[in-house]
Amino acid sequence: MYNPTVARLTYRALLGRRRAAILFILPALLIVIAAAVRAFSGADDQVATDVLGGFAMATMVPLIGVIAGTGAIGPEIDDGSIVYLLAKPVKRPTIIITKLFVAVGVTMAFSAVPTFIAGMILNGNGQQIAVAYTVAALVASIAYAAIFLLLGTITRHAVVVGLVYALVWETVFGNLVAGARTLSVQQWSLSLAEKIATPGAISSDVGLPLGIVLLAGVTAAATWYAGQKLRTLKLAGEE
Amino acid sequence: MTTINIDHTSRWFGNVVAVNDITMTVGPGVTGLLGPNGAGKSTLINMMAGFLAPSNGTVTLDGDTIWRNETIYRQLGIVPEREGMYDFLTGREFVVANAELHGLDERAAQHALATVEMEYAQDRKIATYSKGMRQRVKMASALVHDPSVLLLDEPFNGMDPRQRMQLMDLLSRMGAEGRTVLFSSHILEEVEQLASHIEVIVAGRHAASGDFRKIRRLMTDRPHRYLVRSSDDRALAAALIADPSTAGIEVDLAEGALRIQAVDFGRFTALLPQVARANDIRLLTVSPSDESLESVFSYLVTA
Repeated sequence: MYNPTVARLTYRALLGRRRAAILFILPALLIVIAAAVRAFSGADDQVATDVLGGFAMATMVPLIGVIAGTGAIGPEIDDGSIVYLLAKPVKRPTIIITKLFVAVGVTMAFSAVPTFIAGMILNGNGQQIAVAYTVAALVASIAYAAIFLLLGTITRHAVVVGLVYALVWETVFGNLVAGARTLSVQQWSLSLAEKIATPGAISSDVGLPLGIVLLAGVTAAATWYAGQKLRTLKLAGEE
Repeated sequence: MTTINIDHTSRWFGNVVAVNDITMTVGPGVTGLLGPNGAGKSTLINMMAGFLAPSNGTVTLDGDTIWRNETIYRQLGIVPEREGMYDFLTGREFVVANAELHGLDERAAQHALATVEMEYAQDRKIATYSKGMRQRVKMASALVHDPSVLLLDEPFNGMDPRQRMQLMDLLSRMGAEGRTVLFSSHILEEVEQLASHIEVIVAGRHAASGDFRKIRRLMTDRPHRYLVRSSDDRALAAALIADPSTAGIEVDLAEGALRIQAVDFGRFTALLPQVARANDIRLLTVSPSDESLESVFSYLVTA
């Protein structure tokens, strides 16, 4: 279910493109903010939660997920180069799962690692906050990568749709409408963070069992459907 | 021996019928798929390549359905028309990746690169390649697993004459080796030079099939219309109508020209300058009035 050649092509395409700059800029920004906050206000658990929850989990992780998830397949479908993967005796689900591995790996590397570093800078993992948000970022990476990979197989405007979801739904809408928050990858992942951190330090709108079921379900469903989309991907519709 | 069978196959996109009830067999040797732009050639090739499902009918390779069948690609090599091809890789990296996806190693890639004579530029990024070089690397990627069937969509587009000759030689060799090679083109001369067998598609329909000489004759033996202006139209008309190669001549007063219908294309084109010279008439304009490829094709459809 994993093809090293597909993985190598995907990972080179992902990190070689101009949009990959965002993969480096956002984590750098998080660490700079963390360092500045620590320098000005010292170690403060509440501030650490605000920065990691408000910027890392709410904005950075979904954005990295959009870039890595859609970038793992969208450009290849757009420019037609996916033909060279599809015209091979390689099962389509293998192509999708390999691309998912790469997207998950890249999202984790560029979101969970900086989240952990920022957490350590902010309060030295006081109340387990740094570890809790890192675990949340890791599981969120899997779900985001799967959702945005699927989006990359469905629409040519995957990045725009992904950004709207990441910024409008997860960030703005989630803050205004309570119900929307239960349908949010961020909240599902935070249910895990809530359990890891000292009680009361981090809160989620979703219980842990439901959060885990939804994360696993959405990841599996998105991956399966992306495999189906690729099996019947029409490369010629122009004529 | 590998044969592609297209059986009563149609493909439509919404209300537009791109391929209309086509039945044909493509066997070993070089076959040219000829038709004007937008005739449905790419749609047909995409169905043969397993990239598009037929709306109706079947497309099979030695009896196996091509659509949704990944194992078919062990026998099939595809050279797509589109240019997207991992420009950030070098030519060698690209062909090696294609070999690996077939479960083969670098030797297969090197062999394919040598076949298309691209070893000299194999370590340059694809982004720096000319159109002809890209085309040859695409060929190498399609040949890497030594397929018995090779499908090429408009392979000569944008190539210079020398590159065109090289690719034609290569495809002829492939055909002579007993591979099934099918390429599409909208240029008659390209197809004529290379393919022993031609399939003509016009407006989604299968218009003609067979030996190129037969089709060429069909195309050249139809009545040709010419618009001719000369220093003495009536004298020229009188001299031409005496010859059986001319079926009719109209003196178009408004245009100040002759409209000539020739039935024997070869004889008429030789006759016209001779008659003009013998009668001391200067030819000012000689232009075929229905030479567009579309008109040639539409003649074939009705023939």
